[in-house]
Amino acid sequence: MKPFAYLRPDSLTHASQLTEEPSAIPIAGGTNLLDLMKLQVETPESLIDVNKLSLSEIGDEGEGLRIGALATNTATAAHPRVRSDYPVLARAILAGATQQLRNKATTAGNLCQRTRCYYFTNIDQPCNKREPGSGCGALDGIARLHAILGASSQCIATYPGDMAVAMAALGAEVEIMNAGGETTRVPLEDFHRLPGDTPEKDNILESGDIITGVILPAPVKGVQLYRKVRERSSYAFALCSVAAIVNMEEGRIGDIALAFGGLAHKPWRDKRVEEALKGTEPSLKGFDEAAEILLEDAQGYGENDFKIPLTRRTLKAVLCEATGMDT
Amino acid sequence: MSKTLEMNEPDTRNRLDDMAGRNVGAPMDRPDGPAKVAGAAPYAAEYVIDNVAEGVLVTAPFARGTITSIDERSITGMDGVIAVISDERLTARPAQGTANETPVQTPLSIAYFGQPFALVVAETFEQARNAAKALKFDYSADDPSEIPFDPEAVEAEENDATRQGDLDKAMADAAHSVDITYYTEGHASAAMEPHAAIAEWDGERLTVHASLQMPNYNITELADSLNLEEDNIRILSRYVGGGFGSKLGVSQETVAASIAAMKLGRPVRVVMSRQQVFQTVMRRSETKQRLRLAADKDGRLTGFGHEALVSNLPEEDFAEPVTQASAFLYPGKDRELLIEVARIHRMTAGSVRAPGEAVGMQTLEAAMDELAEKLELDPVELRLRNIPDEHPASGLPYSSRKMEEALKQGAEAFGWHSGPRKPRQKREGEWWIGTGMATAARIHNVGEAEARVTLNGDGTVLVETDMTDIGTGTYSILTQIAADMLGVEPAKVLVDLGDTNHPRGPGSGGSWGAASSGSSVFIACEAVRKAIAEKLGVEEADLELSGGTAKGGGQEKLLSELAGNEGIAKTGTFKPGDAQDDYAMASYGAFFSEVAVNRWTGEARVRRMLGAFGFGRVLNAKTARSQCIGGMTWCIGAALTESLLFDPVDGHVVNCDLAEYHVPVHRDVPHLDVLMIEERDPAASPIQAKGVGELGICGGAGAIANAIYNACGARLYEFPMTPDRIIAAMPED
Ligand SMILES: Cc1cc2nc3c(=O)[nH]c(=O)nc-3n(C[C@H](O)[C@H](O)[C@H](O)COP(=O)(O)OP(=O)(O)OC[C@H]3O[C@@H](n4cnc5c(N)ncnc54)[C@H](O)[C@@H]3O)c2cc1C
Ligand code: SF4
Repeated sequence: MKPFAYLRPDSLTHASQLTEEPSAIPIAGGTNLLDLMKLQVETPESLIDVNKLSLSEIGDEGEGLRIGALATNTATAAHPRVRSDYPVLARAILAGATQQLRNKATTAGNLCQRTRCYYFTNIDQPCNKREPGSGCGALDGIARLHAILGASSQCIATYPGDMAVAMAALGAEVEIMNAGGETTRVPLEDFHRLPGDTPEKDNILESGDIITGVILPAPVKGVQLYRKVRERSSYAFALCSVAAIVNMEEGRIGDIALAFGGLAHKPWRDKRVEEALKGTEPSLKGFDEAAEILLEDAQGYGENDFKIPLTRRTLKAVLCEATGMDT
Repeated sequence: MSKTLEMNEPDTRNRLDDMAGRNVGAPMDRPDGPAKVAGAAPYAAEYVIDNVAEGVLVTAPFARGTITSIDERSITGMDGVIAVISDERLTARPAQGTANETPVQTPLSIAYFGQPFALVVAETFEQARNAAKALKFDYSADDPSEIPFDPEAVEAEENDATRQGDLDKAMADAAHSVDITYYTEGHASAAMEPHAAIAEWDGERLTVHASLQMPNYNITELADSLNLEEDNIRILSRYVGGGFGSKLGVSQETVAASIAAMKLGRPVRVVMSRQQVFQTVMRRSETKQRLRLAADKDGRLTGFGHEALVSNLPEEDFAEPVTQASAFLYPGKDRELLIEVARIHRMTAGSVRAPGEAVGMQTLEAAMDELAEKLELDPVELRLRNIPDEHPASGLPYSSRKMEEALKQGAEAFGWHSGPRKPRQKREGEWWIGTGMATAARIHNVGEAEARVTLNGDGTVLVETDMTDIGTGTYSILTQIAADMLGVEPAKVLVDLGDTNHPRGPGSGGSWGAASSGSSVFIACEAVRKAIAEKLGVEEADLELSGGTAKGGGQEKLLSELAGNEGIAKTGTFKPGDAQDDYAMASYGAFFSEVAVNRWTGEARVRRMLGAFGFGRVLNAKTARSQCIGGMTWCIGAALTESLLFDPVDGHVVNCDLAEYHVPVHRDVPHLDVLMIEERDPAASPIQAKGVGELGICGGAGAIANAIYNACGARLYEFPMTPDRIIAAMPED
C-alpha cells in the first residue's frame, strides 16, 4: 500500500472538487478499493472519503424510488419498497458477496467495483486495464471468469457485480454530480462501457464526478427473478446471471426485460432478445431462439467457452420459471 | 526417571478401559475453546513484543532464472525502511513434512513464479509492504516458452511402483472390468491463519513464535537453515490456525524472520499475505490417474491397477502418494501400482490434507461405482465382496478393521436403498436427485513421541510436550488421558503444548498425532502410577486412582500428599516398533451422500451426507466428530469447488485468494452425520487409537461423484465437478 492522503469533506461540492485531481479516488465502504490498494492495483495519492455526505437515503421519487449513493446493500435489499416493487433488485443484491460485505458495500461502490480478472489484481502480470499497453494476461492465460460478449482484443474482463444487472433490467438511471456542480442522469445501461481500446475506463465517470444516487422508474407488472450460477453456492461471483422481469398476458409473454451478468464488461441487455420473446407463447423452442439471438456474436477464450451453453441453459431455466412453464 | 515403550507387539490390555474415570471418549469441551473464541489465545503473529520490526518477503515476478543483483539503495530513503535482507540462508521453498533438514536454500536461483528471494524490513508493516514492492532488482529470466509448466508435456520419472502378476491378462480375462482415466486439479491447504513468525535473538539464543505443525522437526530444519545449534533455538507454536499440511515443514517466513532478527539485533515479524501463502508455500499436485479394475462374474476383484502422474519442482522428493490406499484396500492378485512425477516449474508440491488418499480414493471409488454398474450389483455389496483376507501384496494380516461394519451400519443409518441402481430416477422441480457411496480408508501411521507428566504437590497434573494442537483437539485428548490415568478431574490437568523446550512430541501431520502423542502421555502416566504405587507399597496393577486419591493394599491416600512438595515428574516415550511392520494398519469407513443437480445449470449441491468411521479408540467424541465433519467438508470442496488454476504462460497460481479459490462455504455444507464405530486396535498404539484427522477426506468426493451420476446421468472424469463440466457430460433431456 502506498502512502496516501485521507480527506473527509462534508459537502458534495467540496468532495467533487477534491476528486477532480486525477490521482484522487473517492472511497465509500472500501470493500473493493482497500483490497486493491493493498495489492497496489490502485495507488491513489489521496482518498476522498464520501461517507460524511448525506447520500444514504432511500425514498420515493414520484412513482419510482431513489436509492442514495451511500445506501448500503443491506439497507437497499431490506427496504420495503425494494422488496415489494423491485424484488429482482433485492434478490440480486442478496445473491452477492456476504452479509458482512453487504453491510459495508454501498450503491455507488457496487456500481464502480472493478473486475475480478486474476491478471488485473496481480501487478506482476500484464494487464491493459491496470497498465494500458502492457498486454492482456488473460488472453493467453486463464480466462474462466471472462467475457463472451462485447470484449475487445485489448481486454476480455467482465463487470463482476450483481446489483447493477438487476438495475439494468429495471431501466434505472445513475445520478452523477460533476466538478462544476451539475447533476446529470444517465441510463444505467450506458454507465458501464465496453473495453474497446481503452479498457482502463470501466465506466463513463470523469475526474470530479461523484455518484449521488440511482433512480428506479415506476414499478412494472410481472414476475421478477434473479438467477446466478456458480459452483460455490454463496460468496462467489457469477459465472453467468440473468435478471428477468416478465409479465404474462393471457398465456403470452407481454412486457419483458432481461439483463445478463458475468458475460461482458457491463451488465448486458439486448432488446432484440426481448422483442423476439414478446407476444409469443412460452416454449422451449422459443427460448432457444431467443438465446440464439443473444449469443449470436458470443466468443469464448478457451477456459470460458462453457459460458455460451451455460448462458443458453440459464436463460431457459429463468424463462421457464418466470412464465410458469411446466417442464 | 522415564519410561519408554516400543510398540513391538499389539497391546491388548486396553488399560484406559480399566480406569475409574470416564473422561477418555467423552465429548468433553475443549479446554482451549474459551480462550480461542474470546480472542485470548495468541496466534503466532499476535504476540505483543517490544520494538518488533516488520518484514515483508519480496518475490520473483518470473518463473525460472536468476536474480543477478538487488539494489538496496532503491528503497533506503523510504520512510521507515530498516534493511533489505538478502542472505544465502534464505529458503526458497518450504521444507517437506518430516524433512528434518533445511529445504532448498538458493534464494537467488528462481525455480517458480512467486519464489521469495529477499526480505524488506521496516518499522511498520505498511512501510515494509510498500518498500518491498518498490525494491529494484535485476534478473535474467529464462524464456518462458522453454520452461515446462504442463505435467503432461514432459517425460515423467518413475517414483514408486509395485507390480505383481499380469494385470493385462487379468483385464483380458475378466468377466467385467473398467479402465478409466481421471484428472484431479491442484488443491491449496487454505488454512485460515496465514504463515507467520516473530523471531527474537538475544545474541546467543533464538526464540521464534511461529505457526507450525511439527516443531520437533521444524527446530532441526531451522537450525540446519541457519547453521545454529538446536540448543540455541526455541520454537513456540501454542496455537495454530489450521495447517492442513502447509505448516508441516519450516517455511520461508520463519527462516527469513530469524535471519533478520539475528542480523538486526531486534525482533522481526514476518507475515505472509494471503496471496503469498497461495503462491509460495505448498500445493497438492494435480493428478492424472488411470484405474483398471478386473472382476470375476461375482464382482470379486482379480486384477487391480492404479497409475498416477503427479508433478513437483526439480529436486523435491515428495510425490503425491496417490496409490497409498490402493496398496491395501481391495484384493486382486494381479496388480500394478505406479506413481510418476513430472518435473515442472509450478510452486512446490507437498502434503495437503490427507496426501495420497484424498485424491486417490475418490477416483478409485468412482471407478468402483462404474464396476458395480456393469455388474448390476449394489455398490455397497461390491465393496463387501472385496474385503481381502490379507494384504494383497505383502500378505500381512490386517490389524483391527471396521470396513464391513462401516459399510453396513452406514448404509442402514443413511437409508441406502440396496436394489439395482439406475440414474435419472428422481426429479424435484429443476433438480435431479441421486445418491452415491464410497469406502473411506487412510493408512495409520505413528511417530516417536515424548511427553512429561508431573503430578504436583497440590494434586494438579501438568502435561508438557512440544506437540501441537492445530485445531484438532490435542489439548482436549491429552487432558482426558492424563485425567483418567491419574484419577483426577480434567479441570486439574494443565496441558502445555507447542514449546520445543518441552520433550519432543510427534508433531501434527498424517493423522498420527493423537495416537502417538496420546501414547506418550499414557506411558508417562504409567510411570507416575508406578511411582505412586511404590510409595504406597503396592503393585501398580493393584492401584486405583480416582477423585484425587490413590487406593491400594487397603490404604487410601490423597494424590497431593503422595506427590509431596517436589511432585512426581515422569517422561514417557513412545516408539514405533515391530507391530507397525507386522500388520497392515489403517482407519476405515464409508460415505453416503445425496446430491441434487440442476438440470439446466449443472450446479451440484450436496443435500445430506453421512460418514461411518472406525479409527480405533475414540479419545474425544466431540473433537473426533469435528475432525470427521471437517474432512467431509473437504470432500465437498474436492468434489465440487476446489481447484488451483495455473497460468499456462508462467506457471503462477492465478486464483490466489479465498474469493477465487473456492473452499466450500456454509451454504454448500448440509447437515453431516457422523457415525463412530466402537473399535480398539491393539496393534495401532498402546491406547488402541488410530488416525482420524484425515480419514473423513479419503473417498467422500467419490461418493458425491457417484451421486451426481445417479442423479443426472453425467459421468465425469475430472474433479472438481463444476457446472461447466456437468452440463458438458449431462445427457440432453
Ligand atoms: C470477497 C468478495 C466477494 C464479493 N462478491 C460479490 C458478488 O458476488 N457480487 C457482487 O455484486 N459484488 C461482490 N463483491 C463486491 C462488493 O459488492 C463490492 O466490494 C462493494 O459493492 C463495493 O462497495 P463499497 O462501498 O465498499 O466500494 P468502495 O470499495 O469504497 O469503492 C469501490 C469503487 O467505487 C468508487 N466509488 C465509491 N463511491 C463512489 C461515489 N459516490 N462516486 C463515485 N465513485 C465512487 C470508488 O472510488 C472505488 O473505485 C464482493 C466483494 C468481495 C471482497
Ligand atoms: S482481461 Fe482486461 S483486466 Fe484482465 S488482464 Fe486482460 S486487460 Fe487486464
